Amino acid sequence: MAKKGDWVKIHSTILTADQRAPQVPEDTKMVPLEMWVKGYLEVDGKINDLVEIRTVTGRKETGVLVEISPTYTHSFGEFIPEILEIDRIVQKELYGGE
Amino acid sequence: MLDKSYESVMARKNSIMKNSIQIDYDEFESEGIAFDYEKMMAEAGYALDEMVDIQSKLGVGDTPIVELTNLTKLARKYAPSGKGARIFIKDEAANASGSFKDRRATISVYHAKKLGYKGVVTATSGNYGAAVAAHAAKLGLKCIVVQECFDSKGVGQPEIVEKARKCEALGAEVVQLTVGPELFYKFLLLIEETGYFNASLYTPFGIAGIETLGAEIVQQFDEKIGRQPDVVVATNAGGGNLTGTARGMRLAGNKSTQIVGASVDLSGLHMASDTDFNRKSFTTGHTGFGVPFTTGPDRSDVPRSAARPLRYMDRYVLVNQGEVFFITEALANLEGLEKGPAGNTSLAAAFALAQEMDKEQIILVQETEYTGAGKSVQPQLSFARDNGINVTFGDPGDEVPGKSIILPSTPEQISVKELDLGYLRKSFVKNATKGLDRELSAKELEFLADETGSSVSNVKKIIAEL
Repeated sequence: MAKKGDWVKIHSTILTADQRAPQVPEDTKMVPLEMWVKGYLEVDGKINDLVEIRTVTGRKETGVLVEISPTYTHSFGEFIPEILEIDRIVQKELYGGE
Repeated sequence: MLDKSYESVMARKNSIMKNSIQIDYDEFESEGIAFDYEKMMAEAGYALDEMVDIQSKLGVGDTPIVELTNLTKLARKYAPSGKGARIFIKDEAANASGSFKDRRATISVYHAKKLGYKGVVTATSGNYGAAVAAHAAKLGLKCIVVQECFDSKGVGQPEIVEKARKCEALGAEVVQLTVGPELFYKFLLLIEETGYFNASLYTPFGIAGIETLGAEIVQQFDEKIGRQPDVVVATNAGGGNLTGTARGMRLAGNKSTQIVGASVDLSGLHMASDTDFNRKSFTTGHTGFGVPFTTGPDRSDVPRSAARPLRYMDRYVLVNQGEVFFITEALANLEGLEKGPAGNTSLAAAFALAQEMDKEQIILVQETEYTGAGKSVQPQLSFARDNGINVTFGDPGDEVPGKSIILPSTPEQISVKELDLGYLRKSFVKNATKGLDRELSAKELEFLADETGSSVSNVKKIIAEL
């Protein structure tokens, strides 16, 4: 449950699959154009409720509540051994592997 | 109440645009397909010293040039005797928000403020969003950034997700969409709803802002190195980077340096495809933007784009994703400069091009960009692997975009693929004269000659062959 004033993320559909522009490729035409926006909740609500938010610019947007207190989870990913190998290659090429 | 359906909004796009930039593009139309490019740049742009002043107050410009002595040494190892130009880089990541895009955004946002707008909206998944957000924050304007970020499964490109974080850190509202050109529809709706300024990448302000980069190159090489670079390599996507840099160099009196465009080869991947979206490891600086925008610049979000790279390009070369990741890691490991991969597209090209040039000559890579979570070699290769892309060492020439990323087994394998300017010019003329069933006037022929960086006789020859 999120309270009015909580920071949330909402989701909505801008265009359904059958409303998509004629120039889009076939695979894109089969899926809707979707949108995610963050803002302060205007009324109390829970996940999957249709809610209204106020964004940081003061705009109002309506959509389905998908996340409460959204944060960032992107990272540096998994270990990529090839990166160390690049270092080894260029060091060896330039300094002769010493 | 205005009709907000897709068709209605698209039908009133010209009036929405006019209100949001206050440039009457009709004023620059001259005859038939021709328009007066220099008139547009002069009337809507700013003078060079004025822009330097605006930018310096916003923490932008005067970025260092660094000689890449170790990469130069490495390139010389593979070059024929007497070859192997000195490689320099201009560290544009030192700008306020971490890329050369600050130069474009400063002038756009400054102009918006001058005209009395309360905020700015920009449609970009790149560094430009952060740049607009940064200068809107400083100048007290609101800012909305519209991004193409996710595929239909809701999986975001790590590079773009990071840029969203940065925009939000700088106080912007970020509107994130799934793949598709109808992003423009939501963008128009936002402009109409807010009455904000359209901080497009392609207005005269957005391009003139980069002229300071070109002018700075000329000044710094004069003062610090004692001679001008023989070649400048610019990563090419929408064309603004190359256009603005070349124009700035000319304004500062350098008309002789060769200007080379470089893009990552993503041929075969469709830019508006939901399934291809997360199969690419570069979201900008690639052929998916570079080629269409070079051969048809007016496909942007303004009626006449100020980015017209074919006017200034002496050569256009392609490199592979694997080569760019490799050189990005080499730049960190050998030069102590950890930068974002996309901006190093031109560095991969320069490493190969230096080997064709004499030892005494100079090649300059004119940008770097910031790096961080989501936006560096490790997360981007990790994401590629998660998406089923085969990441391996081998011959980068065997790389198939969307299927493999081939890191060179040795730096010696880094090479460029030439994109024939003749082909690009032909394609430009074909696009510009599409559906036209009449002879072109002398003025139109001259316009096409300027636009393609060639001559009237060459344009006539192309038309005869079409």
